[in-house]
Amino acid sequence: MTDFRTPRSRAQGLGAAGHGVSHWIAERVSSVALIPLVLWGVFAVLRLARSDYEMAVAWLASPVNAVLLALLAVVSLMHMHSGMRVVVEDYIHRRITKAGLLLLNLFVCALFGALALFSILKVALSGGAY
Amino acid sequence: MVELALPKNSRVQKGQHHPAPAGAKKVKTFKVYRYDPEGTENPRWDTYDVDVEACGPMVLDALIYIKNTMDPTLAFRRSCREGVCGSCAMNIGGRNTLACTHGWEEVPGQTCTISPLPHMPVIKDLVPDMTLFYAQYASIEPWLHTKTPEPQGEWLQTPADREKLDGLYECILCACCSTSCPSYWWNGDKYLGPAALLHAYRWLIDSRDEATGERLDDLEDPFKLYRCHTIMNCAQVCPKGLNPAKAIAEVKKMLVDRVI
Repeated sequence: MTDFRTPRSRAQGLGAAGHGVSHWIAERVSSVALIPLVLWGVFAVLRLARSDYEMAVAWLASPVNAVLLALLAVVSLMHMHSGMRVVVEDYIHRRITKAGLLLLNLFVCALFGALALFSILKVALSGGAY
Repeated sequence: MVELALPKNSRVQKGQHHPAPAGAKKVKTFKVYRYDPEGTENPRWDTYDVDVEACGPMVLDALIYIKNTMDPTLAFRRSCREGVCGSCAMNIGGRNTLACTHGWEEVPGQTCTISPLPHMPVIKDLVPDMTLFYAQYASIEPWLHTKTPEPQGEWLQTPADREKLDGLYECILCACCSTSCPSYWWNGDKYLGPAALLHAYRWLIDSRDEATGERLDDLEDPFKLYRCHTIMNCAQVCPKGLNPAKAIAEVKKMLVDRVI
């Protein structure tokens, strides 16, 4: 196959996108935030496992617990989104498949984030199913 | 796209066997990747039983022995035979290294497998096409950029600033690192690869260079730089003992320093 493009032109491609550092920082910041949040989350789940429904609702009605749980849900989904995004960019090269998977990744993470936030707020503010 | 299996026309077949000459005392088998671009055949593995008593200690010595006495059609690159030119980089025993500095005794087992640098287009046998690799190196503009009018003498640098280039300037561009990097395999067209990025860093921290900002601008890209996921194969295989992964990490830190 003949390609008269110079090697230099191929190496330069479309040039530098001028972003990447903010994504890189966001990955690190969310990782750091998740260390205490996940430790707290595991501790909370273990504690809740021993309580009944009313106690769990009362636990979530506490502002500290509700806020920390909301943060845990949002930060971990943001972290998952940026991780999955890199995986798709690494391995999927067909434009249409790549765009589709990137959209799917964003939508799934956003949907689960919204659902988690709504559920936490509902229980925390209105006291569960009653 | 990630390729889990080689395309049909690249699958490696069993090739010819070249037995050791009569009276050979110590025999080691070299299983060598062969590809003839002028034929229509798939690549093949040829095996050569080499009388290692009759040749020098390095894998390159064995390859030269094969070419001289067993099979003159074998093609490979070599020049300095002492690890300063980087021509004879190839995959030996599953690991990228220089044939001239890697002893055949270091390869465990009876058989030593030799193939070209991974995931590069093959020109013939052990000779890969390095065009894009060199163009990527050129694209980081590996020379001094200055704006201040040139001084009468040379551009001065303190010994401390000069020391910062140690561990970087020694790179011989053999491509062992870049071609051992899975990120470079999957995205070699957009990711610059460890070798080019190590050199990019070498110019970024050169105290005499005045284009640091422009150089960083040219690197800040999700693919050119950030495809490095610190897999560290580069640092593990570098035959000169350099650490491209660390250099890339330093570039990422410089980009952070620009924004916070």
